Amino acid sequence: MPPEPLLRARGVHKSFGQIEVLKGIDLDVAQGQVVALIGASGSGKTTFLRCINRLEEYDRGEITIGGEPIGYRQEGTSRRRLSEREVAAQRAHIGMVFQQYNLFPHLTALRNITLGLVKVLGKPKAEANRIALGWLERVGLAERRDHYPYQLSGGQRQRVAIARALAMEPRLVLFDEVTSALDPELVGEVLAVMRDLARAGMTMVVVSHEMSFVRDVADHVVFMEGGQIAESGPPGEMFGRPRHPRLQAFLARFQQGRAGGGPLTAG
Amino acid sequence: MAPSLPSFWEELWTARLALINGAIVTVQLSFAVIVIGTGIGVLGGLGLAYGRWFLRWPIRLAVDLLRGIPVLVLILFTFYGLALFKLRVSPFGAGVAALAAFCSAHVAESFRGALQSVPAGQGEAAKAIGLTFVQRLVWVILPQAARRFLPPWINTTAEIVKGTTLISIIGVVELLLATQQAIARTYMPLQFYAVAFLVYFTVCFAIAQAGARLERRYAYLRG
Repeated sequence: MPPEPLLRARGVHKSFGQIEVLKGIDLDVAQGQVVALIGASGSGKTTFLRCINRLEEYDRGEITIGGEPIGYRQEGTSRRRLSEREVAAQRAHIGMVFQQYNLFPHLTALRNITLGLVKVLGKPKAEANRIALGWLERVGLAERRDHYPYQLSGGQRQRVAIARALAMEPRLVLFDEVTSALDPELVGEVLAVMRDLARAGMTMVVVSHEMSFVRDVADHVVFMEGGQIAESGPPGEMFGRPRHPRLQAFLARFQQGRAGGGPLTAG
Repeated sequence: MAPSLPSFWEELWTARLALINGAIVTVQLSFAVIVIGTGIGVLGGLGLAYGRWFLRWPIRLAVDLLRGIPVLVLILFTFYGLALFKLRVSPFGAGVAALAAFCSAHVAESFRGALQSVPAGQGEAAKAIGLTFVQRLVWVILPQAARRFLPPWINTTAEIVKGTTLISIIGVVELLLATQQAIARTYMPLQFYAVAFLVYFTVCFAIAQAGARLERRYAYLRG
């Protein structure tokens, strides 16, 4: 019997008003696996990602991490919503990196990282500083520890944001189009950090338009279309022999971009 | 030989204690109003930004009502209204209550605006690292909202200092009434109003400068 997946989603539905954006998502992510969600804009990738750490509440279905439902507790046949404090405690174990970095502008790079360590995990300040500095070193920004976000480039900000998420020692990390807001020449430095994390065995769910990164790094690729998973499989299969016509069209656009000397992105 | 009239400086010296007392009352009034009005206004702003409808609606009604009434009417209404309810409040107390109500409405509105101007992504990033609502507010939202709140707040405090002149209508001897009493005795309106002008300007200018200095401290929030 295969081991219990770390992240398990079953029949996740979500609507914004009359518009159903998720129409029953089933997904398993094993410990140490890198799963990439690809698809056109509006296909529901980001919404699904935000449901995982409860930034969005879903209407139906279930999402569990390590067997623990996120945002509610099962009591017999009924569900009890968790309190704000309990959900916050669950989120502390799910890292998230955003497209717009969302660093706290009033805190230095170091303090952006230590805030969660001290206030959420209750670590002493000295230990939090040591951990934060370790992560800044790992993303190559130790010398920028006392810089405020406005003093950093986009790529540096995103690397600090990654360090902030990773320093909390999350069980999995969600990456939401983390290179989309970057100038093309800054994309590489962020992807290099993500490759490093993947090699280190971090469980990652990545929404990305960086197809070459997805092909090289992901263990499993999920193509979403119209709020559903249209096709999924290992990257070799997905990129080499796509079956779904929409995935074929999606990848063709990406190939055209490459042939034309354009950026290695699609969507 | 007709006796020589006392000069302005002699009259100013004679009136000095009354004027100083008036200035002290102005400062006391301003201080009490700003502290109480800011305290209530901050709570009101939090309620407007994050409260549920049954909290938000009454606050919204009160804020709109208080901002829609001329301050002078508010002062008179409070002074006579409190007496109508057999509440024995001194003119000073009634003046503080009226101006604090006015101040709190303006503070509530500008504080709400400041809180809501912090990008939603900031709250989401704070949620994502596991901060609770209160922690997000204290460590992420408020420090950023403070900078946006400062300019309108400084403006309100200066308006309050100027607004204390209206309290003279209910008999509180603050700086303006003390000045007018000196004028009634000396018939030197221009000179004594010039003194009052200088004092009010100095206080308001000092407040504006302190505000500008505070704003510079938040330079790291740019970009």
